[in-house]
Amino acid sequence: MTGDRRLKLGGFAVVLVIALALPFLFGAYQVGQFTLVLCYAIAVLGLNLLVGYGGLISLGHGAFFALGAYTSAILIDKADVAPLATVPVAAAVCFAAGLLLGLPALRIRGLYLALVTLAVAIAVPQLIKRFDALTGGTQGLNVPRPTTPSWVPLADDQFLYFLTLAFAIVMFVLAANLVRGRIGRALAAMRESEAAAKATGVNLARLKTGAFAVSALYAGVGGSLYVFSIGFVAPESFTLTISFAFLAAVVVGGLGTIGGAIFGALFIEFVPVYASDVNEALAGVIYGAVLIAFMFALRDGVMGLLRQIAQALTTKEGRDERETAVRLAGGDRRRGAAPSGGMRA
Amino acid sequence: MERLIQTLVDGVATGSLYGALALAVVLIFRTSGIVNFAQGEMAMFSTFAAWGLLEAGLPVGLAILATLGLSLLGGMVIERVLMRPFEGGDHLTLAIVTLGLFILVNSGAGWIWGFENRSFPSIFPDDTIGVGGVDVPLESVGIVVLLLAVVGVLYLFFQRTKLGLALRAVSVNPESSRLSGISVGRTLMVGWGIAALVGALAGALIAPRLFLDVNFMGGVLIYSFAAATLGGFDSPLGAIVGGWIIGVTEDLATTYVDFIGSDLKILVPLVIILVVLLVRPAGLFGTREVTRV
Repeated sequence: MTGDRRLKLGGFAVVLVIALALPFLFGAYQVGQFTLVLCYAIAVLGLNLLVGYGGLISLGHGAFFALGAYTSAILIDKADVAPLATVPVAAAVCFAAGLLLGLPALRIRGLYLALVTLAVAIAVPQLIKRFDALTGGTQGLNVPRPTTPSWVPLADDQFLYFLTLAFAIVMFVLAANLVRGRIGRALAAMRESEAAAKATGVNLARLKTGAFAVSALYAGVGGSLYVFSIGFVAPESFTLTISFAFLAAVVVGGLGTIGGAIFGALFIEFVPVYASDVNEALAGVIYGAVLIAFMFALRDGVMGLLRQIAQALTTKEGRDERETAVRLAGGDRRRGAAPSGGMRA
Repeated sequence: MERLIQTLVDGVATGSLYGALALAVVLIFRTSGIVNFAQGEMAMFSTFAAWGLLEAGLPVGLAILATLGLSLLGGMVIERVLMRPFEGGDHLTLAIVTLGLFILVNSGAGWIWGFENRSFPSIFPDDTIGVGGVDVPLESVGIVVLLLAVVGVLYLFFQRTKLGLALRAVSVNPESSRLSGISVGRTLMVGWGIAALVGALAGALIAPRLFLDVNFMGGVLIYSFAAATLGGFDSPLGAIVGGWIIGVTEDLATTYVDFIGSDLKILVPLVIILVVLLVRPAGLFGTREVTRV
C-alpha cells in the first residue's frame, strides 16, 4: 500500500499547488468560475460517497444543493446572519432533511431512493415558487456576498476563492478519512453484497440512512458556498438539470474516488459554457452520452485513467524496486478484472 | 355533487394515462429487473415524432399508428444497442445507463424539435355526453376504453401466445429460460419494444391535455412511478389500478385542498410513494421480494 499511498499524497500535493496558484494566474471572471467548481466539487464528492462507495443512487442532490443555498440566502437576507455562520446551519438542515427522506426510502431497496429523490428534484422549483414570501419566488433573492476583511491583501474574487477552497479542503480531508476507516469498509461491503454485509454485522438501515444524510450535508455545504460566489438564488438554478449534472460529474470523475469530484466539477462547469455556443441542447447530449459511454468503457472515470497512467510510470521508474512493481501490476490486474466480472455475475 | 362526479371522471381518465406509462415501466421491470428512468422521455420522443408526421400532413389517427410502429422498433433497437451490453449488470450500472438515456433523449428532442410549447390534437371529438345529469367529456371516456382495450390485448398476448409465454418465463428465471431454448436477449428486445409502444400511446393521449414540449413527460413519469409503487412494481394490473388511484387523488387534492392548488400537486405522488414505502412496501398487488443468499 505504501506505493499507492505515496501516489495519492503526490496527487493531492500537485492538485493543492495548482489550486493555490490559480487565482493569481487568471482574471476575476475565471477565478469566479473556479470558485463555482469548488462548490460543485463538494456536492459531487458528497454524491460520490453515496453512489460510488455505497452503491445507492440519488437523483435529487440538486434539491439538497438548493436547500443549502436557500438556507444561507434566507438567513443572510431575512435575519442578517453573518454569511460564514450560515454554512454550519445549512449543513445541519440538509443532514436532517437527508435523514427524514432516507428513512422511508431506504427501508426496502436502494432503487426506491432513486425514485423518491427524482420526485423531490422535480418538486423543488415548484416548492420554491410556492413559498415565495420566504424565498422570493421566481424573482429570487439577492444576497450580499461575504466582504473581504481589510487586513487581507486580496481582491474580492480571490478572497472568495480561498474561502471556498478552505472549506473544500476540510470537506475533502474529512471524506478521505471517512472512507478509509470502518464506515468506508462497511459501505464497500454493502455495495458488493448486502446479504454478506448484514451477516458480518453491518447495520444496513443505519448505514444507508447515515450515508444519505452525510451526502446531503455535503450538497448543502456546496449550495451554501454557491450563494457566496453567485450572490443570488432563483428557482431556475435548481431544476432537474443540476441533479443530473452532479451524477454525470460523479461518473466522469470516477465512481468511488475522492479526487474524482474535482474533475467532475470541472466537467460540469466548463462543458455547458462551451457547449451552449453550439446548441442549447448540446450540454445535455454530452452528459447523457458520457454517462452511457463511461459505464461502457471507462467505469473508473478520469481517476481510474490517471491511476493507470501513474502506475505505468512508477513501475518504469522504480524498476529497481522490483517488489513494488510486481505488487502494483498485480493490483492493476485485479482492478481491471473487477468491473467486467461484476457485470457478468 | 356534480363537481365531485366530474372530478372523479377526470381523475380516472388522467389516472388511466399515468397507468399506461406505469404499465410500460412495469413491463420492463418484470422482464429485466430494470427501472427504466427513460420511459417517459422515450414516450415524449415518440409523441414529437407523431407531431412531426402531423406537420407533414398525415391525419392524426394515422400519424399515431405509424408512431406506435416506429416506437416498437425504436424500443427494440435501444434494448439491442444500449441495454444488451449491460444485461444482468448491477442495479447501479443499469440505473446510470437508463438515466443517461433519459438525458440523451430529452436533449436530443430539444436539438431536433426545439424547446417551444406545441399543441397536439386529440384523436377524440371535443364533445361531451350526459350521464345522469353530468357532462362527461368524450375524451375521458375514450381514454379509459382505449386503455382497457390495450390491457386486454396485452393480457391475451401474455397468456395465449408463445412469445408472451417466453416473456413470462424470462421474467421468472432467465437462466432456466435460456436452458429451455428461449433466446433471452431477443425476448427482452420484444419486451422493450412493447413497453415503448405502450409509452408512445400514453404520450400521444397525454399531449393534448398538456402542451407538448421536451419536458412534458417529466412530471407524468413521477406520477407513473407513484402508480407503479402503489400497485406493486411487478404487477401490470397494479399499475392500472395504481394509476386510477393516483389520478383521482391528484384531482381531488387540487380541487378541494386549497393549500395544494395547482402549484404543489407534484407533491401528491411524492407523498404517496413515501406512504406506500412506509406502510406496504410491496404495493397493493406486488409480490414481496425474497432474497436467496
